[in-house]
Amino acid sequence: MGMNLTLKVWRQNGSEDKGRMVTYRVEDVSPDMSFLEMLDVLNERLILEGDDPVAFDHDCREGICGMCGMVINGVAHGEQVATTTCQLHMRHFEDNAVITIEPWRAAPFPVVKDLVVDRSAFDRIIQAGGFISVPAGSAPDAHSVPVKKVDADAAFDAATCIGCGACVAACPNGSASLFTAAKITHLSLLPQGQPERASRAKAMVEQMDAEGFGGCTNTGECTAVCPKGIPLDTIAQMNRDYLKASK
Amino acid sequence: MAVTGAVLVLFLVGHMVGNLKAFIGADSFNEYASFLRTMGAPILTYRVALTIVEVVLGVCIVLHMWSAVSLARRAGKARPVKYAAKRKSQANGYAVHTMRYGGVIILLFVIYHLLDLTFGTVNPAGWDGTPYERLVASFAPERWWVTLFYVVAVIMVGLHLRHGLWSAFQTLGLASGRSYRPLKAAAAAISAVLVLGFLTVPVAVMIGVIK
Amino acid sequence: MNEKFYTEGEPIRDTKAPEGPIEDRWEKRKFAAKLVNPANKRKLHVIVVGTGLAGGSAAATLGELGYNVTSFCYQDSPRRAHSIAAQGGINAAKNYRGDGDSIYRLFYDTVKGGDFRARESNVYRLAQVSVNIIDQAVAQGVPFAREYGGLLDTRSFGGAQVSRTFYARGQTGQQLLLGAYQALERQIAAGTVKMHTRHEMLELIVSDGRARGVIVRDMVTGEIERHTADAVVLATGGYGNVFFLSTNAKGCNTTAIWRAHRRGAMFANPCYTQIHPTCIPVSGDYQSKLTLMSESLRNDGRVWVPVKAGDSRPAAEIPEDERDYYLERIYPAFGNLVPRDIASRAAKNVCDEGRGVGPGGLGVYLDFADAIRRLGRDAVEKKYGNLFEMYERITGEDPYTQPMRIYPAVHYTMGGLWVDYDLQSTIPGLFVVGEANFSDHGANRLGASALMQGLADGYFVLPTTIGDYLANGPYGEVDEEAVAEAETAVRTKIEKLLSVNGTRTADSYHRELGRLMWDYCGMERTEESLRKALERIPELREEFWQNVKVSGQAEELNQALERAGRVADFFDLAELMCVDALHRTESCGGHFRAESQDADGEALRDDENFAYVAAWEYGEQGPILHKEALDYEYVKMSQRSYK
Ligand SMILES: Cc1cc2nc3c(=O)[nH]c(=O)nc-3n(C[C@H](O)[C@H](O)[C@H](O)COP(=O)(O)OP(=O)(O)OC[C@H]3O[C@@H](n4cnc5c(N)ncnc54)[C@H](O)[C@@H]3O)c2cc1C
Ligand code: HEM
Ligand code: HEM
Ligand code: SF4
Ligand code: F3S
Ligand code: FES
Repeated sequence: MGMNLTLKVWRQNGSEDKGRMVTYRVEDVSPDMSFLEMLDVLNERLILEGDDPVAFDHDCREGICGMCGMVINGVAHGEQVATTTCQLHMRHFEDNAVITIEPWRAAPFPVVKDLVVDRSAFDRIIQAGGFISVPAGSAPDAHSVPVKKVDADAAFDAATCIGCGACVAACPNGSASLFTAAKITHLSLLPQGQPERASRAKAMVEQMDAEGFGGCTNTGECTAVCPKGIPLDTIAQMNRDYLKASK
Repeated sequence: MAVTGAVLVLFLVGHMVGNLKAFIGADSFNEYASFLRTMGAPILTYRVALTIVEVVLGVCIVLHMWSAVSLARRAGKARPVKYAAKRKSQANGYAVHTMRYGGVIILLFVIYHLLDLTFGTVNPAGWDGTPYERLVASFAPERWWVTLFYVVAVIMVGLHLRHGLWSAFQTLGLASGRSYRPLKAAAAAISAVLVLGFLTVPVAVMIGVIK
Repeated sequence: MNEKFYTEGEPIRDTKAPEGPIEDRWEKRKFAAKLVNPANKRKLHVIVVGTGLAGGSAAATLGELGYNVTSFCYQDSPRRAHSIAAQGGINAAKNYRGDGDSIYRLFYDTVKGGDFRARESNVYRLAQVSVNIIDQAVAQGVPFAREYGGLLDTRSFGGAQVSRTFYARGQTGQQLLLGAYQALERQIAAGTVKMHTRHEMLELIVSDGRARGVIVRDMVTGEIERHTADAVVLATGGYGNVFFLSTNAKGCNTTAIWRAHRRGAMFANPCYTQIHPTCIPVSGDYQSKLTLMSESLRNDGRVWVPVKAGDSRPAAEIPEDERDYYLERIYPAFGNLVPRDIASRAAKNVCDEGRGVGPGGLGVYLDFADAIRRLGRDAVEKKYGNLFEMYERITGEDPYTQPMRIYPAVHYTMGGLWVDYDLQSTIPGLFVVGEANFSDHGANRLGASALMQGLADGYFVLPTTIGDYLANGPYGEVDEEAVAEAETAVRTKIEKLLSVNGTRTADSYHRELGRLMWDYCGMERTEESLRKALERIPELREEFWQNVKVSGQAEELNQALERAGRVADFFDLAELMCVDALHRTESCGGHFRAESQDADGEALRDDENFAYVAAWEYGEQGPILHKEALDYEYVKMSQRSYK
């Protein structure tokens, strides 16, 4: 005996379309389904009815590629903590629930179709400096520079960002600070990242602003929805590096 | 934002201490008020130092508001389409969500407050009274609504600082994961002290402890 | 016996590997490769399809070298390629532990692990280059696990006796890919690489016998685009999704390599499929993918099923003497730690006997009760906490109080486009790297070797060998007719898919095909099952083309169309896989023919008749087999034993 659900889904046929909420019924949903599998069921039906299936991004379906993401009942990736949409299971919903599903809302993430948004702004932030310049073959032996375990672990914590964009979707200011800060922090904590540290922070923050993301007022919504729990102190680290670089 | 906010916080602390002198008595309070005006004498002439402070404060408030407004405008531009479902806050903390409207209330309050106690325009004791008289007149029991307004405003200030103090450290990159708990606790404590400190005076006047 | 399904062509005699002592071969090849004048590099245009470890590192390195690179991926960002999901780690012969590891030992283990179906020259090179990969990754800021002394930590993996696997918690693939991605973004910013995300390659352009470009579909607008170049590199990953359910990402497909195969690139060893023993079992028909759990779980978990078939009592109510710890029973020496293929097959066997647990009886228990008793809950939590959490998230069951259920799932495909020592396919100018080629793992991939191979190919091997080909370029204008013909092929297929307007979705066909492949060409294959599959696949394909339903238009973002296109190619690939599996009447590594086993039920190789790479050429009349003989000069062929 499955669950019956009412879905209110944002449908928008291309970036020019105005878009609207459309209501669907899905019946006999198994509590063991993932949220995306539940949408698969809806889509199979829509295709057979000759309708356009609801477009949504996804790939790995195991919470690591960062491709999936939708705002479920007003919360990015839904209310389960530290969970991507693909890892959210239907057992967390009530039978006969009404579920509102919307795309990430942010001007720098224009809607492509339905729940699919364009997150290439993130790539451009990385392009601005989110790397260590090292041509293949020119690296010294990996053991030539030891790294303190605590630093390596903290760098790892920041490096686990999957670039999903939930932080932007949740931030009341539409800020990309957590994403940007995660990368800046990851590279700032490692000795290998020092030579480009200042220029990296400056360039990435400026690119983030140029893309049209809002500013951070430290509301902390981002870290609360972040599926990887990227901590807020990465933002302090970013600010620190940025202020230093701007002096 | 953080820098201007910090200047305003420092002012508030001083201001509260000054206000509390009302408990010591009218003279002490008036002395304090006149000290404000003769500060730096004889090097500086009457009111110069105070004017400098006022100008700094004024500039800070303007800059602070300017950053607040531009942040809000950027935020608005960054999210032109709102969510249909009510966005549920996942982060805890009520104070965070009062920053903008709270700031506006504070601003309105400051304007009224200046007209009231600094210029005396809306004060029953008028411009002619001593600061102490103006103070007592303003919070007279029959003018309970003034006191109420002050109370609301001061609570807003408290909330503003509850988040703002910690937030300023974060913005300046002075915070780190380990310092979050102590910083947040300190922010809460300082805001509480300020709220209490500010509120005692009007309330004391209203219930007649200070007259 | 199998004449009906294929014909045999000329053997492949030269793989272009240099002669001489094995440790000098790569040096020799590098020195012999022509160099390209730096001023000319800008004028040489290379297309790289795929941005995983192999493609991302290749495009970044080629860009850095100064070539003019165009890169494609189907996701919205190059950072999302499926390499991101790799968990366990990456091997390298660094011998940082001083525990007796060496390039030679890694080479030896890999050849042996591949069950003597890999090329010695390639594997040796892989082991040599492995050392540079770690240096490169660390310099890029990949946060590998470290010891308190500040040096890199390693662990032993997949039965290796030395500790040579570098890891970044359970996210090694993610961290390595982000390193490559960041290098790639740096080149994009520098203007050497032009990136096209949300673009799917649907056809290869071959002009005058050379690979000269690709036809891609802009997945947002639906526009069909032509891109031409002096050389094409395919780095499009594996085709495990032919089974529908696998640990691969949903978008993983065979289209790019299959199209290249159709245009002349040989497809080698398509039947070699790696099955991973510790995946979370299927819970229902709606299931869209399988999730892998790290093999490390087998270090402390004990695998068992009820002794009695059809025992449906909850695990806790089954007394100790009614449990069968079958791995410990059959393989007392290795117990729960037997290699992947053996563990997988054993699980299938007990489930076939009706002793499986969980929905559909397709699962076995992986029990931590003993470990919790022995080490304490805290220690277990520390070691496996995140895996337990993942398990609970997916199944809703608490593995601390109730044993986990696991089942094997398709995980990796050792087969792929045939390439020579230079990673060049049988179409000149078409290079293939990473999981998309067949090269280095033989019949079975040793754990933590795919990441190594992808990065070795992309950072170090391809950038050298492709230079040798490009040095003779630029190759001039591309024949307009060849481009137009490729484009028409793409358009025709899309129109066809949209016009059938039948009654079943592409996904439902994919599911059925996957089920069929799993049942008949999965963990265990028999002549009978393969013949059945070869009968059923063409019927199903026929039905698909008559009855599939694809809604929407071509000129828009249309996910139904994308899927249908991929499923269409999976049908063709599935058929070739079965032909390959049928013709190889031996068992080896990830290919187990029930007819070829020893008295203990172990895989039995037939070195006399099958010590070759099966490279299949596409033929209108059915596939044509070309054999590349495998010689073992350094590692003596021997039978595996884990008893
Ligand atoms: C769950 C899991 C865990 C694993 N763990 C390990 C491990 O611990 N150690 C290890 O060594 N190996 C591991 N592997 C194997 C390893 O991750 C892969 O073999 C390897 O990452 C493949 O890399 P690749 O670059 O060849 O391809 P991928 O990373 O799959 O990249 C393919 C690229 O091609 C693009 N592409 C595909 N088709 C098209 C098309 N038609 N048009 C345009 N672009 C296209 C995609 O967009 C993507 O960018 C694991 C695999 C899985 C599934
Ligand atoms: C005297 C009164 C005020 C004080 C002491 C004060 C103090 C502060 C402080 C310390 C911050 C935190 C800065 C940071 O996080 O970087 C802050 C933030 C803020 N203030 Fe004020 N403020 C005052 C008045 C106002 C007024 C009048 C407004 C609005 C008109 C306002 C609006 C805001 C807003 C919106 C923020 C959030 C932005 C942010 O956190 O960066 N404040 N304030
Ligand atoms: C509730 C208790 C408060 C009391 C009793 C009080 C009292 C006073 C008095 C008597 C003055 C006049 C000083 C003079 O001109 O000599 C003054 C000035 C001022 N107060 Fe307050 N105040 C209170 C709260 C606040 C708060 C909460 C704020 C700001 C958010 C504030 C901001 C100011 C400012 C900006 C001035 C002008 C200072 C100047 O002219 O230099 N006050 N206050
Ligand atoms: S910081 Fe968190 S929420 Fe933001 S992109 Fe990274 S993983 Fe997603
Ligand atoms: S939610 Fe937004 S305001 Fe800052 S702390 Fe996170 S970016
Ligand atoms: S689909 Fe990859 S994170 Fe959800």
